[in-house]
Amino acid sequence: MKSVDIALEAQRTGRLSAVKEWLYRHNTGGRLSTLLLFIPPALMVFTLLVILPIAESGVYSFYRWNGFTALSDSGRWVGWRNFQFILQDPVFHQAVWNTAKIVLISLLIQLPLAMMLALSIASKGSLNTLFRLVYFLPFILADVVAGLIWRFIYDGNFGLVAAFTQLFGMESFYPLADRDWAFNAILVVVVWKYFGYHMMIYIAGLQSVPNDLVEAARLDGASRLQIIFRIKLPLIMPAIRLSIFFSVIGALQFFEMAMPLVTSGGPSGSAHTIVTYLYEFGIVRSRIGFGSAVAVLLFVMCAIFAFIYQRFVMARNTA
Amino acid sequence: MTEMTDRRSVSASVARWGLLLLAALFVLLPFWMTTLGGFKSLGELRVSPLGLPRQWDATAYLDILTSSMTWQMMLNSVVITGFTVALVLIIASMLAFTFSHIRFAGKQYLYSYVILGMMFPGATAILPLFIKIRDIGLLDTYAGVILPQVAFGLAMSVLLFRTFFEQLPKELFEAALVDGCSYGRFFWTIVMPLSKPILATVGVFILVGSWNNYIFPLIMLNDQSVYPWPLGLMEFRGQYGSEWNRILAYITVTILPAVAFFLYAQKYIVAGLTGGAVKG
Repeated sequence: MKSVDIALEAQRTGRLSAVKEWLYRHNTGGRLSTLLLFIPPALMVFTLLVILPIAESGVYSFYRWNGFTALSDSGRWVGWRNFQFILQDPVFHQAVWNTAKIVLISLLIQLPLAMMLALSIASKGSLNTLFRLVYFLPFILADVVAGLIWRFIYDGNFGLVAAFTQLFGMESFYPLADRDWAFNAILVVVVWKYFGYHMMIYIAGLQSVPNDLVEAARLDGASRLQIIFRIKLPLIMPAIRLSIFFSVIGALQFFEMAMPLVTSGGPSGSAHTIVTYLYEFGIVRSRIGFGSAVAVLLFVMCAIFAFIYQRFVMARNTA
Repeated sequence: MTEMTDRRSVSASVARWGLLLLAALFVLLPFWMTTLGGFKSLGELRVSPLGLPRQWDATAYLDILTSSMTWQMMLNSVVITGFTVALVLIIASMLAFTFSHIRFAGKQYLYSYVILGMMFPGATAILPLFIKIRDIGLLDTYAGVILPQVAFGLAMSVLLFRTFFEQLPKELFEAALVDGCSYGRFFWTIVMPLSKPILATVGVFILVGSWNNYIFPLIMLNDQSVYPWPLGLMEFRGQYGSEWNRILAYITVTILPAVAFFLYAQKYIVAGLTGGAVKG
Protein backbone atom coordinates (compact mmCIF):
# COMPACT_ATOMS: atom_id res chain seq x y z
CA MET A 1 0.00 0.00 0.00
CA LYS A 2 2.67 2.38 0.99
CA SER A 3 4.52 2.11 -2.29
CA VAL A 4 1.32 2.85 -4.14
CA ASP A 5 0.88 6.00 -2.10
CA ILE A 6 4.36 7.12 -2.91
CA ALA A 7 3.79 6.46 -6.59
CA LEU A 8 0.58 8.45 -6.55
CA GLU A 9 2.23 11.27 -4.70
CA ALA A 10 5.06 11.36 -7.19
CA GLN A 11 2.60 11.38 -10.05
CA ARG A 12 0.65 14.18 -8.41
CA THR A 13 3.61 16.39 -7.70
CA GLY A 14 4.97 15.59 -11.12
CA ARG A 15 1.74 16.73 -12.65
CA LEU A 16 1.69 19.71 -10.35
CA SER A 17 5.14 20.81 -11.33
CA ALA A 18 4.25 20.31 -14.97
CA VAL A 19 1.32 22.63 -14.46
CA LYS A 20 3.59 25.04 -12.62
CA GLU A 21 6.10 24.93 -15.40
CA TRP A 22 3.40 25.45 -18.00
CA LEU A 23 2.02 28.35 -16.03
CA TYR A 24 5.48 29.80 -15.63
CA ARG A 25 6.03 29.63 -19.33
CA HIS A 26 2.65 31.00 -20.36
CA ASN A 27 1.63 33.22 -17.51
CA THR A 28 4.78 35.34 -17.21
CA GLY A 29 3.76 38.75 -16.02
CA GLY A 30 0.24 37.43 -15.55
CA ARG A 31 -0.18 37.08 -19.30
CA LEU A 32 -2.87 34.41 -19.17
CA SER A 33 -4.77 35.89 -16.28
CA THR A 34 -4.77 39.28 -17.99
CA LEU A 35 -6.12 37.74 -21.19
CA LEU A 36 -8.82 35.93 -19.23
CA LEU A 37 -9.82 39.12 -17.44
CA PHE A 38 -9.50 41.63 -20.28
CA ILE A 39 -11.01 39.86 -23.27
CA PRO A 40 -14.33 38.37 -22.11
CA PRO A 41 -16.27 41.49 -20.97
CA ALA A 42 -16.13 43.32 -24.30
CA LEU A 43 -16.25 40.15 -26.32
CA MET A 44 -19.36 38.86 -24.57
CA VAL A 45 -21.28 42.11 -24.77
CA PHE A 46 -20.38 42.43 -28.44
CA THR A 47 -21.27 38.83 -29.31
CA LEU A 48 -24.53 38.72 -27.34
CA LEU A 49 -25.87 42.13 -28.35
CA VAL A 50 -24.46 42.70 -31.84
CA ILE A 51 -23.50 39.48 -33.59
CA LEU A 52 -26.11 37.15 -32.10
CA PRO A 53 -29.07 39.48 -32.82
CA ILE A 54 -27.90 39.95 -36.40
CA ALA A 55 -27.81 36.18 -36.77
CA GLU A 56 -31.23 35.87 -35.13
CA SER A 57 -32.63 38.36 -37.63
CA GLY A 58 -31.66 35.78 -40.22
CA VAL A 59 -33.73 33.11 -38.47
CA TYR A 60 -36.75 35.32 -37.73
CA SER A 61 -36.89 36.54 -41.31
CA PHE A 62 -38.37 33.20 -42.39
CA TYR A 63 -41.31 33.44 -39.99
CA ARG A 64 -44.54 35.28 -39.61
CA TRP A 65 -44.37 36.23 -35.94
CA ASN A 66 -45.67 39.06 -33.79
CA GLY A 67 -43.12 38.44 -31.03
CA PHE A 68 -45.61 38.53 -28.16
CA THR A 69 -45.01 34.89 -27.29
CA ALA A 70 -42.06 32.60 -28.01
CA LEU A 71 -41.16 31.93 -31.63
CA SER A 72 -41.91 28.22 -31.16
CA ASP A 73 -45.47 29.03 -30.01
CA SER A 74 -46.73 31.72 -32.30
CA GLY A 75 -44.19 31.86 -35.11
CA ARG A 76 -45.26 30.41 -38.45
CA TRP A 77 -42.64 29.34 -40.98
CA VAL A 78 -43.25 31.16 -44.25
CA GLY A 79 -40.05 30.41 -46.13
CA TRP A 80 -38.97 33.19 -48.46
CA ARG A 81 -42.36 34.85 -48.52
CA ASN A 82 -41.28 37.90 -46.47
CA PHE A 83 -38.42 38.53 -48.85
CA GLN A 84 -40.62 38.03 -51.89
CA PHE A 85 -43.10 40.56 -50.60
CA ILE A 86 -40.45 43.14 -49.71
CA LEU A 87 -38.62 42.83 -52.99
CA GLN A 88 -41.86 43.36 -54.91
CA ASP A 89 -43.13 46.20 -52.74
CA PRO A 90 -42.98 49.54 -54.61
CA VAL A 91 -42.67 51.35 -51.27
CA PHE A 92 -39.50 49.39 -50.54
CA HIS A 93 -38.15 50.24 -54.01
CA GLN A 94 -38.80 53.88 -53.23
CA ALA A 95 -37.05 53.47 -49.86
CA VAL A 96 -33.97 51.99 -51.53
CA TRP A 97 -34.00 54.71 -54.16
CA ASN A 98 -34.27 57.39 -51.48
CA THR A 99 -31.35 55.86 -49.61
CA ALA A 100 -29.39 55.94 -52.86
CA LYS A 101 -30.42 59.58 -53.28
CA ILE A 102 -28.76 60.43 -49.98
CA VAL A 103 -25.54 58.93 -51.31
CA LEU A 104 -25.90 60.78 -54.61
CA ILE A 105 -26.56 64.12 -52.97
CA SER A 106 -23.52 63.53 -50.77
CA LEU A 107 -21.28 62.81 -53.73
CA LEU A 108 -22.62 65.56 -55.98
CA ILE A 109 -23.30 68.42 -53.59
CA GLN A 110 -22.31 67.80 -50.00
CA LEU A 111 -18.77 66.54 -50.44
CA PRO A 112 -17.77 69.06 -53.16
CA LEU A 113 -19.17 71.86 -50.98
CA ALA A 114 -17.27 70.50 -47.99
CA MET A 115 -14.11 70.33 -50.09
CA MET A 116 -14.43 73.90 -51.40
CA LEU A 117 -14.90 75.20 -47.89
CA ALA A 118 -12.06 73.08 -46.56
CA LEU A 119 -9.72 74.44 -49.23
CA SER A 120 -10.64 78.02 -48.32
CA ILE A 121 -10.25 77.72 -44.57
CA ALA A 122 -7.70 74.96 -44.01
CA SER A 123 -4.92 77.35 -43.11
CA LYS A 124 -4.50 78.59 -39.56
CA GLY A 125 -6.04 81.88 -38.47
CA SER A 126 -8.67 82.90 -36.00
CA LEU A 127 -11.27 83.83 -38.62
CA ASN A 128 -10.85 80.45 -40.28
CA THR A 129 -11.25 78.75 -36.91
CA LEU A 130 -14.48 80.64 -36.35
CA PHE A 131 -15.87 79.55 -39.72
CA ARG A 132 -14.90 75.97 -38.97
CA LEU A 133 -16.74 76.09 -35.64
CA VAL A 134 -19.84 77.47 -37.28
CA TYR A 135 -19.92 74.86 -40.05
CA PHE A 136 -19.35 72.03 -37.59
CA LEU A 137 -22.08 73.24 -35.23
CA PRO A 138 -25.07 71.37 -36.76
CA PHE A 139 -23.18 68.11 -36.53
CA ILE A 140 -23.17 68.10 -32.75
CA LEU A 141 -26.97 68.32 -32.63
CA ALA A 142 -29.00 65.18 -32.20
CA ASP A 143 -30.56 64.00 -35.46
CA VAL A 144 -34.03 64.39 -33.97
CA VAL A 145 -33.26 68.00 -33.06
CA ALA A 146 -32.00 68.79 -36.56
CA GLY A 147 -35.11 67.18 -37.97
CA LEU A 148 -37.43 69.06 -35.66
CA ILE A 149 -35.81 72.45 -36.36
CA TRP A 150 -36.33 71.92 -40.05
CA ARG A 151 -39.83 70.67 -39.50
CA PHE A 152 -40.48 74.17 -38.24
CA ILE A 153 -38.68 75.81 -41.14
CA TYR A 154 -40.74 73.79 -43.60
CA ASP A 155 -43.99 74.45 -41.79
CA GLY A 156 -46.26 76.16 -44.29
CA ASN A 157 -47.78 78.34 -41.58
CA PHE A 158 -44.80 79.41 -39.53
CA GLY A 159 -41.32 78.83 -40.87
CA LEU A 160 -39.00 80.13 -43.51
CA VAL A 161 -41.07 78.60 -46.27
CA ALA A 162 -44.09 80.43 -44.89
CA ALA A 163 -42.15 83.71 -44.78
CA PHE A 164 -41.23 83.16 -48.40
CA THR A 165 -44.71 82.39 -49.64
CA GLN A 166 -46.11 85.33 -47.68
CA LEU A 167 -43.51 87.67 -49.13
CA PHE A 168 -44.51 86.78 -52.66
CA GLY A 169 -48.17 86.49 -51.82
CA MET A 170 -48.31 82.86 -52.81
CA GLU A 171 -50.48 80.15 -51.32
CA SER A 172 -49.08 78.35 -48.27
CA PHE A 173 -46.87 75.51 -49.25
CA TYR A 174 -46.05 72.42 -47.17
CA PRO A 175 -43.00 70.81 -48.75
CA LEU A 176 -43.07 67.88 -46.34
CA ALA A 177 -46.64 67.04 -47.26
CA ASP A 178 -45.93 67.11 -50.98
CA ARG A 179 -45.16 63.82 -52.65
CA ASP A 180 -42.57 65.30 -54.97
CA TRP A 181 -40.92 67.58 -52.45
CA ALA A 182 -40.87 65.69 -49.18
CA PHE A 183 -37.72 63.70 -49.66
CA ASN A 184 -35.82 66.51 -51.39
CA ALA A 185 -36.64 68.65 -48.38
CA ILE A 186 -35.10 65.99 -46.16
CA LEU A 187 -31.98 65.94 -48.33
CA VAL A 188 -31.44 69.64 -47.58
CA VAL A 189 -31.40 68.82 -43.87
CA VAL A 190 -28.88 66.05 -44.49
CA VAL A 191 -26.52 68.49 -46.21
CA TRP A 192 -27.12 71.11 -43.51
CA LYS A 193 -26.20 68.74 -40.71
CA TYR A 194 -23.30 66.85 -42.25
CA PHE A 195 -21.28 69.03 -44.64
CA GLY A 196 -19.27 70.51 -41.77
CA TYR A 197 -18.32 67.06 -40.61
CA HIS A 198 -16.90 66.11 -43.99
CA MET A 199 -15.19 69.48 -44.19
CA MET A 200 -13.38 68.70 -40.92
CA ILE A 201 -12.14 65.39 -42.30
CA TYR A 202 -10.78 67.19 -45.39
CA ILE A 203 -9.17 69.93 -43.33
CA ALA A 204 -7.33 67.31 -41.31
CA GLY A 205 -6.07 65.83 -44.56
CA LEU A 206 -5.10 69.21 -46.01
CA GLN A 207 -3.16 70.18 -42.91
CA SER A 208 -0.96 67.14 -43.35
CA VAL A 209 0.01 68.15 -46.89
CA PRO A 210 3.63 69.34 -46.60
CA ASN A 211 3.86 73.06 -47.14
CA ASP A 212 7.18 73.01 -49.01
CA LEU A 213 5.57 70.83 -51.68
CA VAL A 214 2.95 73.49 -52.34
CA GLU A 215 5.59 76.23 -52.19
CA ALA A 216 7.83 74.41 -54.65
CA ALA A 217 4.97 73.99 -57.09
CA ARG A 218 4.09 77.66 -56.77
CA LEU A 219 7.69 78.67 -57.49
CA ASP A 220 7.60 76.46 -60.55
CA GLY A 221 4.67 78.52 -61.77
CA ALA A 222 1.81 76.16 -61.01
CA SER A 223 -1.57 77.89 -60.89
CA ARG A 224 -3.86 77.71 -57.91
CA LEU A 225 -6.12 75.18 -59.62
CA GLN A 226 -3.14 73.07 -60.64
CA ILE A 227 -1.93 73.02 -57.05
CA ILE A 228 -5.36 71.90 -55.88
CA PHE A 229 -5.94 69.21 -58.50
CA ARG A 230 -2.41 67.93 -58.99
CA ILE A 231 -1.06 68.11 -55.46
CA LYS A 232 -3.61 68.62 -52.72
CA LEU A 233 -6.44 66.36 -53.88
CA PRO A 234 -4.24 63.35 -54.74
CA LEU A 235 -2.51 63.66 -51.37
CA ILE A 236 -5.72 63.69 -49.37
CA MET A 237 -7.39 60.79 -51.18
CA PRO A 238 -7.43 58.73 -47.95
CA ALA A 239 -9.54 61.46 -46.29
CA ILE A 240 -11.88 61.57 -49.29
CA ARG A 241 -12.33 57.80 -49.26
CA LEU A 242 -13.04 57.90 -45.55
CA SER A 243 -15.68 60.58 -45.92
CA ILE A 244 -17.40 58.72 -48.78
CA PHE A 245 -17.42 55.62 -46.60
CA PHE A 246 -19.11 57.54 -43.77
CA SER A 247 -21.65 59.04 -46.19
CA VAL A 248 -22.75 55.65 -47.47
CA ILE A 249 -22.89 54.01 -44.04
CA GLY A 250 -24.83 57.05 -42.81
CA ALA A 251 -27.31 56.78 -45.69
CA LEU A 252 -27.82 53.07 -45.03
CA GLN A 253 -28.75 53.75 -41.40
CA PHE A 254 -30.65 56.99 -42.02
CA PHE A 255 -33.57 57.03 -39.62
CA GLU A 256 -33.52 59.33 -36.62
CA MET A 257 -33.56 62.60 -38.58
CA ALA A 258 -36.56 61.47 -40.61
CA MET A 259 -38.66 60.71 -37.53
CA PRO A 260 -39.61 64.29 -36.63
CA LEU A 261 -39.76 65.40 -40.28
CA VAL A 262 -42.28 62.95 -41.70
CA THR A 263 -44.62 60.43 -40.11
CA SER A 264 -45.00 56.97 -41.60
CA GLY A 265 -42.70 57.68 -44.50
CA GLY A 266 -44.37 60.92 -45.55
CA PRO A 267 -47.03 61.41 -48.24
CA SER A 268 -47.92 57.90 -49.50
CA GLY A 269 -44.62 56.51 -48.30
CA SER A 270 -42.66 58.63 -50.76
CA ALA A 271 -40.06 59.66 -48.16
CA HIS A 272 -39.19 56.24 -46.73
CA THR A 273 -35.61 55.10 -46.37
CA ILE A 274 -34.64 51.50 -45.70
CA VAL A 275 -34.59 51.89 -41.93
CA THR A 276 -37.80 53.94 -41.67
CA TYR A 277 -39.43 51.24 -43.79
CA LEU A 278 -38.13 48.64 -41.34
CA TYR A 279 -39.45 50.67 -38.43
CA GLU A 280 -42.84 51.34 -39.95
CA PHE A 281 -43.66 47.86 -41.22
CA GLY A 282 -41.67 45.76 -38.76
CA ILE A 283 -41.65 47.49 -35.41
CA VAL A 284 -44.72 49.70 -35.35
CA ARG A 285 -46.90 46.88 -36.64
CA SER A 286 -45.20 44.20 -34.51
CA ARG A 287 -44.23 42.08 -37.47
CA ILE A 288 -40.95 40.74 -36.17
CA GLY A 289 -40.45 38.32 -39.05
CA PHE A 290 -41.12 40.89 -41.73
CA GLY A 291 -38.95 43.54 -40.06
CA SER A 292 -36.16 41.01 -39.65
CA ALA A 293 -36.30 40.26 -43.36
CA VAL A 294 -35.80 43.97 -44.04
CA ALA A 295 -32.93 43.93 -41.54
CA VAL A 296 -31.35 41.00 -43.39
CA LEU A 297 -31.57 42.87 -46.70
CA LEU A 298 -30.01 45.92 -45.04
CA PHE A 299 -27.29 43.71 -43.61
CA VAL A 300 -26.56 42.27 -47.04
CA MET A 301 -26.31 45.76 -48.55
CA CYS A 302 -23.93 46.90 -45.80
CA ALA A 303 -21.83 43.77 -46.20
CA ILE A 304 -21.58 44.07 -49.96
CA PHE A 305 -20.70 47.74 -49.74
CA ALA A 306 -18.16 47.22 -46.95
CA PHE A 307 -16.54 44.35 -48.80
CA ILE A 308 -16.26 46.16 -52.11
CA TYR A 309 -15.09 49.36 -50.49
CA GLN A 310 -12.47 47.66 -48.33
CA ARG A 311 -11.27 45.48 -51.15
CA PHE A 312 -11.12 47.92 -54.04
CA VAL A 313 -11.12 51.42 -52.62
CA MET A 314 -9.67 51.51 -49.11
CA ALA A 315 -6.99 49.00 -50.08
CA ARG A 316 -5.35 51.71 -52.21
CA ASN A 317 -4.45 53.61 -49.08
CA THR A 318 -1.57 51.26 -48.46
CA ALA A 319 -0.62 50.83 -52.12
CA MET B 1 0.11 91.16 -66.14
CA THR B 2 0.02 92.22 -62.51
CA GLU B 3 -3.24 93.99 -63.19
CA MET B 4 -4.67 90.78 -64.63
CA THR B 5 -3.68 88.66 -61.64
CA ASP B 6 -4.83 91.41 -59.33
CA ARG B 7 -8.24 91.53 -60.86
CA ARG B 8 -8.41 87.74 -60.91
CA SER B 9 -7.38 87.43 -57.28
CA VAL B 10 -9.90 90.10 -56.32
CA SER B 11 -12.73 88.21 -57.97
CA ALA B 12 -11.43 84.97 -56.48
CA SER B 13 -11.49 86.43 -53.03
CA VAL B 14 -14.96 87.87 -53.56
CA ALA B 15 -16.14 84.41 -54.62
CA ARG B 16 -14.42 82.86 -51.64
CA TRP B 17 -16.00 85.27 -49.17
CA GLY B 18 -19.38 84.91 -50.84
CA LEU B 19 -19.22 81.15 -50.44
CA LEU B 20 -18.05 81.31 -46.84
CA LEU B 21 -20.73 83.76 -45.80
CA LEU B 22 -23.50 81.99 -47.68
CA ALA B 23 -22.61 78.70 -46.05
CA ALA B 24 -22.51 80.39 -42.65
CA LEU B 25 -25.93 81.91 -43.27
CA PHE B 26 -27.30 78.52 -44.31
CA VAL B 27 -26.00 77.01 -41.07
CA LEU B 28 -26.91 79.78 -38.68
CA LEU B 29 -30.33 80.89 -39.90
CA PRO B 30 -32.13 77.83 -38.46
CA PHE B 31 -30.37 78.39 -35.12
CA TRP B 32 -31.37 82.03 -35.15
CA MET B 33 -35.01 81.24 -35.91
CA THR B 34 -35.15 78.49 -33.30
CA THR B 35 -33.66 80.42 -30.41
CA LEU B 36 -35.66 83.59 -31.04
CA GLY B 37 -38.83 81.70 -31.89
CA GLY B 38 -39.02 80.53 -28.30
CA PHE B 39 -39.34 84.17 -27.19
CA LYS B 40 -42.20 85.02 -29.53
CA SER B 41 -45.91 84.61 -29.14
CA LEU B 42 -47.54 82.13 -31.46
CA GLY B 43 -49.26 84.91 -33.34
CA GLU B 44 -46.04 86.82 -33.90
CA LEU B 45 -44.22 83.67 -34.94
CA ARG B 46 -46.79 83.19 -37.66
CA VAL B 47 -46.27 86.61 -39.21
CA SER B 48 -42.57 87.12 -38.54
CA PRO B 49 -40.51 83.96 -38.17
CA LEU B 50 -37.25 85.79 -38.97
CA GLY B 51 -37.12 89.08 -37.11
CA LEU B 52 -36.34 89.87 -33.51
CA PRO B 53 -39.28 89.41 -31.13
CA ARG B 54 -41.26 92.63 -30.74
CA GLN B 55 -41.86 91.71 -27.17
CA TRP B 56 -39.52 89.31 -25.46
CA ASP B 57 -41.72 86.72 -23.82
CA ALA B 58 -39.86 84.12 -21.76
CA THR B 59 -42.94 82.19 -20.64
CA ALA B 60 -42.26 79.22 -22.91
CA TYR B 61 -38.71 78.97 -21.63
CA LEU B 62 -39.74 79.36 -18.00
CA ASP B 63 -42.47 76.74 -18.31
CA ILE B 64 -39.93 74.26 -19.58
CA LEU B 65 -37.21 75.12 -17.11
CA THR B 66 -39.57 74.90 -14.15
CA SER B 67 -41.13 71.63 -15.25
CA SER B 68 -39.85 68.70 -13.19
CA MET B 69 -40.32 66.48 -16.27
CA THR B 70 -37.59 68.39 -18.11
CA TRP B 71 -35.10 67.84 -15.35
CA GLN B 72 -36.09 64.23 -14.86
CA MET B 73 -35.35 63.58 -18.53
CA MET B 74 -32.05 65.39 -18.38
CA LEU B 75 -31.15 63.29 -15.35
CA ASN B 76 -32.16 60.09 -17.15
CA SER B 77 -29.91 61.10 -20.04
CA VAL B 78 -27.04 61.82 -17.69
CA VAL B 79 -27.36 58.39 -16.07
CA ILE B 80 -27.65 56.52 -19.37
CA THR B 81 -24.81 58.44 -21.00
CA GLY B 82 -22.60 58.26 -17.90
CA PHE B 83 -22.82 54.50 -17.61
CA THR B 84 -22.46 53.99 -21.35
CA VAL B 85 -19.28 56.07 -21.50
CA ALA B 86 -17.75 54.48 -18.39
CA LEU B 87 -18.46 50.93 -19.52
CA VAL B 88 -17.18 51.46 -23.06
CA LEU B 89 -13.99 53.15 -21.85
CA ILE B 90 -13.19 50.32 -19.44
CA ILE B 91 -13.99 47.23 -21.48
CA ALA B 92 -12.91 48.58 -24.87
CA SER B 93 -9.54 49.78 -23.60
CA MET B 94 -8.88 46.45 -21.88
CA LEU B 95 -9.67 44.49 -25.04
CA ALA B 96 -7.65 46.86 -27.21
CA PHE B 97 -4.71 46.52 -24.80
CA THR B 98 -4.60 42.74 -25.27
CA PHE B 99 -4.63 43.32 -29.04
CA SER B 100 -1.70 45.69 -29.01
CA HIS B 101 0.51 44.43 -26.15
CA ILE B 102 -0.10 40.73 -25.46
CA ARG B 103 0.72 37.91 -27.86
CA PHE B 104 -1.89 35.23 -28.23
CA ALA B 105 -3.15 32.85 -30.90
CA GLY B 106 -5.97 34.03 -33.15
CA LYS B 107 -5.49 37.67 -32.22
CA GLN B 108 -5.88 38.92 -35.77
CA TYR B 109 -9.12 36.98 -36.25
CA LEU B 110 -10.56 38.21 -32.98
CA TYR B 111 -9.71 41.79 -33.92
CA SER B 112 -11.33 41.49 -37.35
CA TYR B 113 -14.40 39.96 -35.67
CA VAL B 114 -14.80 42.94 -33.36
CA ILE B 115 -14.12 45.50 -36.10
CA LEU B 116 -16.92 43.89 -38.11
CA GLY B 117 -19.26 45.72 -35.76
CA MET B 118 -18.37 49.04 -37.41
CA MET B 119 -20.09 48.15 -40.64
CA PHE B 120 -23.49 47.19 -39.37
CA PRO B 121 -25.94 49.79 -38.08
CA GLY B 122 -28.04 49.11 -34.99
CA ALA B 123 -31.09 48.71 -37.21
CA THR B 124 -29.85 45.35 -38.52
CA ALA B 125 -30.12 43.93 -35.01
CA ILE B 126 -32.90 46.00 -33.49
CA LEU B 127 -35.78 43.50 -33.53
CA PRO B 128 -33.97 40.50 -31.97
CA LEU B 129 -32.31 42.96 -29.60
CA PHE B 130 -35.72 44.13 -28.46
CA ILE B 131 -36.88 40.52 -27.92
CA LYS B 132 -33.70 39.74 -25.97
CA ILE B 133 -33.89 42.82 -23.75
CA ARG B 134 -37.55 42.07 -23.11
CA ASP B 135 -36.89 38.43 -22.26
CA ILE B 136 -34.25 39.31 -19.68
CA GLY B 137 -36.64 41.84 -18.20
CA LEU B 138 -34.73 45.03 -19.00
CA LEU B 139 -37.41 46.91 -20.96
CA ASP B 140 -38.15 50.27 -19.34
CA THR B 141 -34.84 50.24 -17.45
CA TYR B 142 -31.69 52.29 -17.96
CA ALA B 143 -29.73 49.07 -18.47
CA GLY B 144 -31.96 48.13 -21.40
CA VAL B 145 -30.66 51.18 -23.27
CA ILE B 146 -27.14 51.24 -21.87
CA LEU B 147 -26.21 47.70 -22.88
CA PRO B 148 -27.11 48.02 -26.60
CA GLN B 149 -25.41 51.42 -26.74
CA VAL B 150 -22.26 49.96 -25.21
CA ALA B 151 -22.33 46.99 -27.58
CA PHE B 152 -22.66 49.15 -30.67
CA GLY B 153 -20.01 51.59 -29.47
CA LEU B 154 -17.35 48.95 -28.95
CA ALA B 155 -16.01 48.37 -32.46
CA MET B 156 -15.01 51.96 -33.19
CA SER B 157 -13.65 52.44 -29.65
CA VAL B 158 -11.48 49.33 -29.82
CA LEU B 159 -10.11 50.53 -33.15
CA LEU B 160 -9.23 53.97 -31.76
CA PHE B 161 -7.70 52.57 -28.56
CA ARG B 162 -5.67 49.98 -30.42
CA THR B 163 -4.23 52.53 -32.83
CA PHE B 164 -3.18 54.68 -29.89
CA PHE B 165 -1.72 51.85 -27.78
CA GLU B 166 0.38 50.61 -30.69
CA GLN B 167 2.07 53.98 -30.88
CA LEU B 168 3.29 53.71 -27.28
CA PRO B 169 7.01 52.89 -27.24
CA LYS B 170 7.68 49.14 -26.94
CA GLU B 171 10.66 49.83 -24.63
CA LEU B 172 8.22 51.05 -22.02
CA PHE B 173 6.75 47.61 -21.64
CA GLU B 174 10.05 45.71 -21.92
CA ALA B 175 11.49 47.79 -19.11
CA ALA B 176 8.44 47.28 -16.94
CA LEU B 177 8.39 43.52 -17.52
CA VAL B 178 12.09 43.17 -16.67
CA ASP B 179 11.36 44.99 -13.42
CA GLY B 180 8.76 42.34 -12.66
CA CYS B 181 5.71 44.39 -13.53
CA SER B 182 2.70 42.32 -14.60
CA TYR B 183 0.59 43.04 -17.69
CA GLY B 184 -2.30 44.03 -15.51
CA ARG B 185 -0.32 46.50 -13.46
CA PHE B 186 1.38 47.83 -16.56
CA PHE B 187 -2.03 48.55 -18.06
CA TRP B 188 -3.46 50.33 -15.03
CA THR B 189 -0.39 52.21 -13.78
CA ILE B 190 1.52 53.01 -16.95
CA VAL B 191 -0.70 52.75 -20.03
CA MET B 192 -3.85 54.36 -18.62
CA PRO B 193 -2.17 57.54 -17.31
CA LEU B 194 -0.48 57.98 -20.69
CA SER B 195 -3.80 57.51 -22.50
CA LYS B 196 -5.66 60.60 -21.38
CA PRO B 197 -5.94 62.04 -24.91
CA ILE B 198 -7.39 58.85 -26.36
CA LEU B 199 -9.69 58.35 -23.36
CA ALA B 200 -11.01 61.85 -23.97
CA THR B 201 -11.39 61.25 -27.71
CA VAL B 202 -13.22 57.95 -27.36
CA GLY B 203 -15.16 59.26 -24.37
CA VAL B 204 -16.47 62.22 -26.34
CA PHE B 205 -17.32 60.05 -29.33
CA ILE B 206 -19.39 57.71 -27.15
CA LEU B 207 -20.80 60.53 -25.05
CA VAL B 208 -22.20 62.48 -27.98
CA GLY B 209 -23.55 59.32 -29.61
CA SER B 210 -25.27 58.18 -26.44
CA TRP B 211 -26.56 61.62 -25.43
CA ASN B 212 -28.17 62.12 -28.84
CA ASN B 213 -29.27 58.53 -29.37
CA TYR B 214 -32.93 58.09 -30.21
CA ILE B 215 -33.48 54.66 -31.73
CA PHE B 216 -32.52 52.45 -28.77
CA PRO B 217 -34.55 54.38 -26.16
CA LEU B 218 -37.44 54.55 -28.63
CA ILE B 219 -37.55 50.78 -28.90
CA MET B 220 -36.66 49.84 -25.33
CA LEU B 221 -38.54 52.42 -23.24
CA ASN B 222 -42.26 52.92 -22.83
CA ASP B 223 -42.36 54.46 -19.39
CA GLN B 224 -42.00 58.24 -19.48
CA SER B 225 -40.23 58.36 -16.13
CA VAL B 226 -37.10 56.79 -17.67
CA TYR B 227 -37.17 58.70 -20.99
CA PRO B 228 -33.92 60.42 -21.99
CA TRP B 229 -34.31 63.91 -23.44
CA PRO B 230 -34.61 63.08 -27.17
CA LEU B 231 -37.68 60.96 -26.42
CA GLY B 232 -38.90 63.71 -24.14
CA LEU B 233 -38.53 66.25 -26.92
CA MET B 234 -40.54 64.14 -29.34
CA GLU B 235 -43.15 63.53 -26.65
CA PHE B 236 -43.35 67.27 -26.01
CA ARG B 237 -43.83 67.93 -29.70
CA GLY B 238 -46.57 65.34 -29.88
CA GLN B 239 -48.26 67.01 -26.92
CA TYR B 240 -48.08 70.59 -28.19
CA GLY B 241 -48.71 69.87 -31.86
CA SER B 242 -48.02 73.12 -33.65
CA GLU B 243 -47.47 75.46 -30.71
CA TRP B 244 -44.12 76.09 -32.27
CA ASN B 245 -42.99 78.77 -29.84
CA ARG B 246 -43.03 76.21 -27.02
CA ILE B 247 -41.38 73.52 -29.12
CA LEU B 248 -38.66 75.91 -30.32
CA ALA B 249 -37.98 76.92 -26.72
CA TYR B 250 -37.68 73.26 -25.77
CA ILE B 251 -35.29 72.64 -28.64
CA THR B 252 -33.16 75.59 -27.55
CA VAL B 253 -33.01 74.29 -23.99
CA THR B 254 -31.76 70.92 -25.24
CA ILE B 255 -29.26 72.49 -27.64
CA LEU B 256 -27.61 74.73 -25.06
CA PRO B 257 -25.75 72.05 -23.09
CA ALA B 258 -24.51 70.53 -26.36
CA VAL B 259 -23.21 73.86 -27.67
CA ALA B 260 -21.61 74.76 -24.33
CA PHE B 261 -19.91 71.39 -24.17
CA PHE B 262 -18.79 71.73 -27.78
CA LEU B 263 -17.15 75.09 -27.16
CA TYR B 264 -15.52 73.74 -24.01
CA ALA B 265 -14.11 70.53 -25.48
CA GLN B 266 -14.01 71.15 -29.23
CA LYS B 267 -10.57 69.69 -29.72
CA TYR B 268 -11.66 66.26 -28.46
CA ILE B 269 -15.07 66.54 -30.04
CA VAL B 270 -13.67 67.10 -33.50
CA ALA B 271 -11.18 64.27 -33.01
CA GLY B 272 -13.76 61.94 -31.50
CA LEU B 273 -16.56 62.57 -33.93
CA THR B 274 -14.44 62.28 -37.02
CA GLY B 275 -13.25 58.91 -35.75
CA GLY B 276 -9.73 60.06 -35.06
CA ALA B 277 -9.37 61.15 -38.67
CA VAL B 278 -8.62 64.59 -37.28
CA LYS B 279 -5.83 64.68 -34.78
CA GLY B 280 -6.67 67.00 -31.89
